[in-house]
Amino acid sequence: MRLHEYQAKQVFSDAGIPTPASDLAATVDEAVDAAEEIGYPVAIKAQVHVGGRGKAGGIKLVEDADEAREAADDILGMDLKGYTVDRVLVEAAVDFENELYVGVTMDRGEGEPVAMVSTRGGVNIEEVAEEDPDAIAREHIDPAFGMHPYQARKVVYDAGVDREIAGDVASILRTLYQLWDDRDGADAEINPLMVTGDKEVVAADAVFNVDEDALFRQPELAEMEEEGEFAESELEQKADEYGFDYVRLSGNVGIIGNGAGLVMTTLDLVDHYGGTPANFLDVGGGAKADRIANALDMVFSDDNVDSVVFNIFGGITRGDEVAKGINQALEQFDEIPKPVVVRLAGTNAVEGMEILNEDLVTVEQTLEDAVQRAVEYAEEVEA
Amino acid sequence: MSVLVDEDSRVIVQGITGGEGKFHTEQMIEYGTNVVAGAVPGKGGQEVAGVPVYDTVEEAAEAENADTSVVFVPPAFAGDACFEALGVDALDLVVTITEGIPTQDVSRVYRRLQETDAYLVGPNCPGVITPGEAKLGILPGNIFEAGRVGLVSRSGTLTYQVVDSLSQRGIGQSTAIGIGGDPIIGTSFVEALALFEQDEKTDAVVMCGEIGGEDEEEAAAYIDEYMTTPVAGFIAGRTAPPGKRMGHAGAIVSGSGTGTAQSKIDALESAGVPVGDTPEDVVDNVEDLL
Repeated sequence: MRLHEYQAKQVFSDAGIPTPASDLAATVDEAVDAAEEIGYPVAIKAQVHVGGRGKAGGIKLVEDADEAREAADDILGMDLKGYTVDRVLVEAAVDFENELYVGVTMDRGEGEPVAMVSTRGGVNIEEVAEEDPDAIAREHIDPAFGMHPYQARKVVYDAGVDREIAGDVASILRTLYQLWDDRDGADAEINPLMVTGDKEVVAADAVFNVDEDALFRQPELAEMEEEGEFAESELEQKADEYGFDYVRLSGNVGIIGNGAGLVMTTLDLVDHYGGTPANFLDVGGGAKADRIANALDMVFSDDNVDSVVFNIFGGITRGDEVAKGINQALEQFDEIPKPVVVRLAGTNAVEGMEILNEDLVTVEQTLEDAVQRAVEYAEEVEA
Repeated sequence: MSVLVDEDSRVIVQGITGGEGKFHTEQMIEYGTNVVAGAVPGKGGQEVAGVPVYDTVEEAAEAENADTSVVFVPPAFAGDACFEALGVDALDLVVTITEGIPTQDVSRVYRRLQETDAYLVGPNCPGVITPGEAKLGILPGNIFEAGRVGLVSRSGTLTYQVVDSLSQRGIGQSTAIGIGGDPIIGTSFVEALALFEQDEKTDAVVMCGEIGGEDEEEAAAYIDEYMTTPVAGFIAGRTAPPGKRMGHAGAIVSGSGTGTAQSKIDALESAGVPVGDTPEDVVDNVEDLL
């Protein structure tokens, strides 16, 4: 779960990391009021979860009220890579000399956290990581002990940070690690950490991704997640409501299955047989009829979908429950909105096949046949 | 003994009194697994599925001479349950089925694991099965057939798909290990492959990987350098876009392009491992290797 910039800045600021003065605005008037209050120049920043906001026109620097009004009017309501902007952060612009990168994340290969510092902040740090990995200093942290102060100093020195500010940057890194540790962070990043002419350091952007699986013990962050849902698409909100693992893609063959690996494989097969997957939808283990019906409703609500393939290999999921769910979802229609191909295997698959209403769906015996049939149906609709 | 588990394994179930724990204990016993005890704090003295329950793992292991534990404890307490199991020297295998354990908890468990000689399979895995002998976890026993092909996979239902195809073509399995779909897991592909390499009852291995991380690339390097047992591969997630988590917490292609299906397929193929385009291709490849 990713916090919005304004939320992450609140969390960082509460922990003592310096951030520029800022305020959140949902209307043009609110944005102008906030800018007047903070004092110019200010940056007006779209609050959506997409990379490259600046390049896409989602961040604008303004010098006076007229410019602020114009910028807020442009950005609020704009479409950024499929997300509509309905909040902006109005923030004091920082006059900086250079930009650093500071981050903490889990190194999955090592199974332990890693702290990172670079003097090449402000640009796409992932590009730096790829082209010049030595430009990012790294220090692994033993999760049993946490970050020792010397480790924070070491990684800051290793990165070649100016001696004058090294102490301040190390202190910010320790705070960031502590936050990451206490608040179940997945990634915590400040990019850029701006250094001003007076050698002050300020977090000009903030990223805090929380481990979804730990939200049960982070009530404050769980609340922030709910509050931040304004920026989700309608389909994502629906997936949240139903509790599905769902990812929308750009194709026209809808896919429903159980188990992440098998659903991914079904997507890959759609591609292999010349189709394009519309989504990833995992109903999880042990789904009952209602959940299956919800999954169909979910995929039917995507206008791009022309056909649906249902692929269930029952372990703890039972074929008869799946069949009941499919019947239940389809029997309410006078006319089936999109052709549905079903393949059931594993636990109670035979019972499921008997229950399935074959007037409503096409049944196939193998995964390969089911996918090919769904791809054919989608092609017929497009033709 | 094939690998990790056999008919002589003496198994504790942690969380045996919960719905999942009880149901799958019954299923494991029905399959022939020697479940000797349950461990649930505060439930000592009870009996579930004909098995005595103890308050602690240590008591259970001592009283029933156990060597293996299966963890069905809810996510908030599962990290602690793993620590408890790893603290008992007699247990040389811990299989953690629980999905959704906070990653930082798993990181600490992983740190502890390095100090022990035990294997920890999972978390978020379907378990381990040696067909015809014993199963640990939630795998549907009826699709497996005893035989000489080992299987290691990050995904449960994908394992079932491949096993079903193998069994239908008369190719039985020595042991199947579901290593789990989380970003941090105990037993890696490399460790599982090493077990199969040393196993006299395994003639070939199927390895099912997926996007995210670099475990498959490391496995490819290991196969290239150390393995004589042939391996057939499969990688799920060729069509996954970068930055989107595909169900499993670990199944994500990072923005900088690491962890892609293509890099894994390339690594495996350059180690001489045929990688199937479809699950049926994988079974064809296994037939060719045998």
